[in-house]
Amino acid sequence: MTGWPILSTIIFLPLVGAFFILVLRGDDGAAIRNARYIALWTTIVTFVVSLLIWRDFDASTAAFQFVEKRDWIGGTITYHLGVDGISMLFVILTTFLMPLCILASWQSVESRVKEYMIAFLVLETLMIGVFCALDLIVFYLFFEGGLIPMFLIIGVWGGKRRVYASFKFFLYTLLGSVLMLLAIMAMYWQAGTTDIPTLLAFDFPPKMQTWLWVAFFASFAVKMPMWPVHTWLPDAHVEAPTAGSVILAGVLLKMGGYGFLRFSIPMFPLASADLAPLVYVLSVVAIIYTSMVAFAQEDIKKLIAYSSVAHMGFVTLGVFTLTAQGVQGGIFQMLSHGIVSAALFLCVGVIYDRMHTREISAYGGLADRMPLYAACFMVFTMANVGLPGTSGFIGEFLSLTGAFRINTWVALFATSGVILSAVYALWLYRRVIFGKLDKPSLAGILDLDAREIAVLAPLVLLTLLFGIYPKPVMDVTAVAVDKLIADYKQDLAAAMPPQLAAAEEK
Amino acid sequence: MYSAIVFLPLIGALIAGLFGRWLGARPAGLITSALLTTGAVLSWVAFYRVGLSGEDARIPIMEWVRSGELQANWSLRIDTLTAVMLVVVNTVSALVHIYSIGYMSHDDSQPRFFAYLSLFTFAMLMLVTADNLLQLFMGWEGVGLASYLLIGFWYHKPSANAAAIKAFVVNRVGDFGFALGIFGVFTVFGTISFDAIFASAPDHVGKTMEFLGYQLDTLTTLCLLLFVGAMGKSAQFLLHTWLPDAMEGPTPVSALIHAATMVTAGVFMVARLSPLFELAPVALQVVTGIGALTAIFAATVGIAQNDIKRVIAYSTCSQLGYMFVAMGVGAYSAGMFHLFTHAFFKALLFLGAGSVIHALHDEQDLRNMGGLRKSIPLTFALMVIGTLALTGFPFTAGYFSKDTIIEVAYARETEVANWAFWLLLAAAFLTSAYSWRLIFMAFFGKPRYDEHHVHPHESPWVMLVPLFVLAAGALFAGYLGKDYFVGEDYAHFWRGALFTGPDNHILEHAHHSPAWVVWSPTVMMVAGFVVAWFSYIAVPSTPAVLIKTFKPIHAFLYNKWYIDELYDLIFVRPYIWLSRQLWKIGDGRIIDGLGPDGISARVIDVTNRVVRLQTGFVYHYAFVMLIGIALIVSYFAYVYWAQFWKGY
Repeated sequence: MTGWPILSTIIFLPLVGAFFILVLRGDDGAAIRNARYIALWTTIVTFVVSLLIWRDFDASTAAFQFVEKRDWIGGTITYHLGVDGISMLFVILTTFLMPLCILASWQSVESRVKEYMIAFLVLETLMIGVFCALDLIVFYLFFEGGLIPMFLIIGVWGGKRRVYASFKFFLYTLLGSVLMLLAIMAMYWQAGTTDIPTLLAFDFPPKMQTWLWVAFFASFAVKMPMWPVHTWLPDAHVEAPTAGSVILAGVLLKMGGYGFLRFSIPMFPLASADLAPLVYVLSVVAIIYTSMVAFAQEDIKKLIAYSSVAHMGFVTLGVFTLTAQGVQGGIFQMLSHGIVSAALFLCVGVIYDRMHTREISAYGGLADRMPLYAACFMVFTMANVGLPGTSGFIGEFLSLTGAFRINTWVALFATSGVILSAVYALWLYRRVIFGKLDKPSLAGILDLDAREIAVLAPLVLLTLLFGIYPKPVMDVTAVAVDKLIADYKQDLAAAMPPQLAAAEEK
Repeated sequence: MYSAIVFLPLIGALIAGLFGRWLGARPAGLITSALLTTGAVLSWVAFYRVGLSGEDARIPIMEWVRSGELQANWSLRIDTLTAVMLVVVNTVSALVHIYSIGYMSHDDSQPRFFAYLSLFTFAMLMLVTADNLLQLFMGWEGVGLASYLLIGFWYHKPSANAAAIKAFVVNRVGDFGFALGIFGVFTVFGTISFDAIFASAPDHVGKTMEFLGYQLDTLTTLCLLLFVGAMGKSAQFLLHTWLPDAMEGPTPVSALIHAATMVTAGVFMVARLSPLFELAPVALQVVTGIGALTAIFAATVGIAQNDIKRVIAYSTCSQLGYMFVAMGVGAYSAGMFHLFTHAFFKALLFLGAGSVIHALHDEQDLRNMGGLRKSIPLTFALMVIGTLALTGFPFTAGYFSKDTIIEVAYARETEVANWAFWLLLAAAFLTSAYSWRLIFMAFFGKPRYDEHHVHPHESPWVMLVPLFVLAAGALFAGYLGKDYFVGEDYAHFWRGALFTGPDNHILEHAHHSPAWVVWSPTVMMVAGFVVAWFSYIAVPSTPAVLIKTFKPIHAFLYNKWYIDELYDLIFVRPYIWLSRQLWKIGDGRIIDGLGPDGISARVIDVTNRVVRLQTGFVYHYAFVMLIGIALIVSYFAYVYWAQFWKGY
């Protein structure tokens, strides 16, 4: 690899931007405008630089790439970074969504603009760090650190019940995190290192694997979120400003799935095999239960939030089938959901900015005055219901294929999600976009402006592109996923008592 | 050339969809129609090349999905089966595009309409050219999307929106089975490409697979799952409820999507997968049974409807049942033949009905028509041609294709096929009765519309010319096609595009049916005509008397066997109720109540008692909440560590 530490560069570029905003003087219009432009340019530059990773990424190896390693604390904790086929695209997803978030907040955030931009830039640093970290402690710092700016974004710039929502968010995620910290400490004492590549090769004793798996699961399940620890998400989404929802749905939820792939499965394979049925059950419940709850919602954002939970059910289901299709499907579903749900929240933001309400019943007939908006919303709605030709289909289809190979009951129940998602998504679309435009408050509503088109157009294109030509994504993940599954199977085989293994041979 | 056939409509859809507002209504219609007409001409060239000269083709386009062993590419599979569908789809679509220029000329959003129509055509072409199950599924859902958009085209109407959602959701129920079928095929065969599946299908005869905890016959299970998809798309009994409601869409849409092309996708699918179905006799019996049941069910309902479009919609449903019976008894080519001829005469009937509706300024109720044969004679003549073809008047299209199906059902000699034969005969009688009833109610008798305000006028030429073309098809397609589809040139024409087992001589048996079987459909047709003529022309008071005498039966038929009401009762209402319960009680009271809210509430209770201090500031509560959580966490941490040290 080249000597240039590209991962550190993209991790800390946003901080540099944040620093510049921090030293801006004054609170007048000029300073605020400067803050916006600094944030926008920082995120755009970060995105462009991060594309270099994709360009130089070697998809033929499962090894970590762009590795950086420096001693940090006491010789045991190292500042160790690197990406592989599983994590690389999440970095790109993060850097891709950030400029859109800044643009989406261009006018809707009016108070404390400088602080808002700083919070977002710091959040970006922490999120990229999570996906690049190759040391448990570094990972934990980034992972937990991300809570604070998000907590602030909801708590300061949120809606009416923002305090309740932000505390709920904080408590849920903190509870999980504490257990994870304990597990990390236990792992350190057992293995003598916090270096992730070393831990990946380390065999934990079976009984301990179960405990560690459960502790990590508590944290990741809350993040995903999986049923029944999902109730923080609708509240957090409803109260968060638009860009906050975008990041929450687009990136923060993916940390849970990423955690399963990076830690739970490769480090605790025996526990993963034992507890996979639990995950299947929770995933299936999530898909059916939250799809139904989504249908009953009266608030647009809550509806989309619940649909996110249902979609994450496909992810956990696919990942824990540990088939090539399931895992790749799970990863693809996360990336696709990162684009689609982000886009849906942005769509809600567009009409919220105009009408300042998220009540579904306050809308209706928008197609008359907002044809462009209606078209964009239709694309994302179809991606949300997993129509083939959109990115939403590939992930769902692959993870369900994986599920069928493992257990047909699970596949049967999970596949019913394709019916239920159509029910709530089309019902929402009908009530917001179709019908007569007879509410006087909507009579003067305007279609998308240039800025909003600039935000939504890339998302429309990617949604369709990855639905028709998912190869760029699949190629990146293929080798890493194959290795993950091969290692997992090897570990299981090694742990199997010899006579059982012999029986399996026959 | 094949790529051009498939992608021209997409180009049209993009032009009309993206630039329609700048282009204006008329250019959008002309451009898409021109592209489609080109596609239709090319399709006939393709039909000649593939069907008559025997040049099959496979055209890879690009890679689509690859994950592990699963691989699906975008590619075009061109064989006779595809070529037949290309001709049907593109011909009808081009004619409907042209017709729509006239029919939709008063609508404000014509570019959107043409964009949807062309998008539909593209998706349908992807479906019929698919070389693997996934692309088939993509086209399958793509036509579903276009159908949803077009049914809900007039989005101001609540009934149109409801019908659109219903169509999409009911189709999704079918697709649910289809998707499971694809997963199953992949699990069993390790591939979803047609050639590979067909090659290894014989190895799986008699084997079993695990499904839902049971060991079931592999091919039967897979075929039945896939057939659920076909039932949804082709509106077979129990999944038919969306089709009549789909008539909320503009009439050209009904003609193209809900009569000639999309709804036949299920039939096409069974034909395409004939190498699988042929090896799963039990599945074929189910196909026969469902088809026959649908044929008779829809015919009984059709006779009691008053909306001109709904009558034809139920007729479509019924005719699709005929096609499935043909598939089920192993006469795939007979089913395809009926699909081919049906496309012409049913599109003709729908577009003719559109012409009637147009003439009466959007009146669709047969009870408000009457006497129209004098004011719109051309439309009348065309509708009669369509009706003759549908009812199987000798030497029209339906005479060859529909009667062949009745004969093969007789020739199959299994119990299910025998039942199907009798049901189809009864349905043939009803078909004739409801078709002539429609003609008599609309075109004969005294005008029942408001003659002072409505002056029926013949449609413009842009609408009538497509009807002439379709009428020609309705008259001659059967005679011209019979040798190729089901006659002497069978082997040369199909060349392996349809698979029939070595013991399957169904068509030959059918040719040697006894005379009474051959004549029975014609007798039924005449009987149906006589009954309709008697009831509506000779003694016009008959229907009222019949309705009065058989009130419960009429109500049962008029209300479509109460299936919609039943679904509302057992699916829709409980679903809405349960959704709310899960939200309010499941999430609200149980999860939140026992979780975060409960904990914080208890903590606050406790501190209140201890400190007896209420500040009323939410921040204080929140702080207390945090402390409480910290305490609880510490406790769990303590327990966890204690256990941990015990263990090591």
